[in-house]
This record gives sequence, C-alpha cells and structure tokens, in this order.
Amino acid sequence: MDVLYFAWVRERIGLPKEKVDTQAATVNDLVAELSAREDRYAAAFSDLSALRVALDQELSDFDASLIGVREVAFFPPMTGG
Amino acid sequence: MRVAVQEEAFDLGAEANAFAAGDDANGAIVTFTGVVRDLASGDLDVMEIEHYPGMTERALTKIAQEAKDRWSLGDVLVIHRHGRLAAGDRIMMVATAAPHRKDAFEAAEYLMDYLKSRAPFWKKEVTNTGAEWVAAKDEDEDALTRW
Repeated sequence: MDVLYFAWVRERIGLPKEKVDTQAATVNDLVAELSAREDRYAAAFSDLSALRVALDQELSDFDASLIGVREVAFFPPMTGG
Repeated sequence: MRVAVQEEAFDLGAEANAFAAGDDANGAIVTFTGVVRDLASGDLDVMEIEHYPGMTERALTKIAQEAKDRWSLGDVLVIHRHGRLAAGDRIMMVATAAPHRKDAFEAAEYLMDYLKSRAPFWKKEVTNTGAEWVAAKDEDEDALTRW
C-alpha cells in the first residue's frame, strides 16, 4: 500500500510517500511495524494523540482495519482556513 | 457549488461579483476572506501551506455539501490556496448565497469552522529566526461542537 506523510511527520520521517509491503491488520499494527524499522519512524509515531490518520483519503482512527485499503496517510491536526 | 484548491491568487472582487450574479432568488450573499496575518513580532517572511492533493478536494466538497444539506442555500463557493504566501496575501474565501441572511451567515461560519480542522491543510510560518509548523488550537476543535 502507499503510505503518505505530511507536514512535520513528513519532515521527521524524511520522505513524503513510500510503498509498504505489510500484513498489518489495523493502523495501530502498521504504526508498530514502521516504528520498529528505524528511530526516525519511532520518533514520528511516539505520540499518537498528536497525529491523525486518513484511509483512502477519509479521516479514520488508529484502531481501524486496513483490509482493502490502498492509501494510508499520517499527519498532524489540520490547520486550514 | 464550487470548490477550488489552487496555488495562484484569486480576485476577491471578481469572485464575489460572479458568485452574486447567480440567482435573483438569493436575497443574501455572505463572503468571508482569510488573510495571512503578520506575527506579533512582525518578522514573518513566508507562510507555507501544504495540503493533501485529492483528499483536500474531497474534504472541502463534503463540507460544502453538508452546509447545503443543513441550511437553505442557493449556492456555495470555497477557494483555498496552497504554496508560499506572504503577509497580507489572501489565503482563502468562502461565499454563501441564500434567500435569507441567517442561513447565509450560519452556513459561512460552519464552513469556516470545519475547514479549519477537517480539511487537510498545514501551515508553516517561516521567519528570519527559523520555520515552525502552526499548531492546531483546542478552540478550533471545540468550535465544531456547537454545530
């Protein structure tokens, strides 16, 4: 699946987008998998209350299922307007 | 209903005039424009606005549609810019047209409240001392509870 990062999450991880081969069942599982990879991921995901997640471009939750999901995005709370 | 996500500047007068020229049944037109504010310290060089192409358009369209479902509106316009902006630049505008002003005012406020914390934009302030992401405010999230 495609995993996208925005704003300071993108800066901390160091890339805007990557393809991830994963069997993760939920967003939380994917976060645990990515965090175990390298410190920069662990740092970005250290406080999930400071993050939001979108699945296929719809806001979702960290305990949501990833079945059938093609695009996951992680970002801080939005600051539009 | 029109939603536009764009890097280029928009002409507030031209947009408002074109929007108001729509339908004579609308006795009330409300427009709101957001402007890049200079910081208290007065040293803002650039405001960088990042967004999530694809999701941004979907989120704005959904918010605009929800406003149309909730109030008696003739039309809705949302324009939001991204990229590098300077103090004084117009970031975004919303316009609502309705037979009566209460619907137009309330719907414009609703659009602004949702656009601030449910549309995937992120602002970064670049000053002569560094760059910092603008943090979301609790009061912006709290503002949604009134709807």
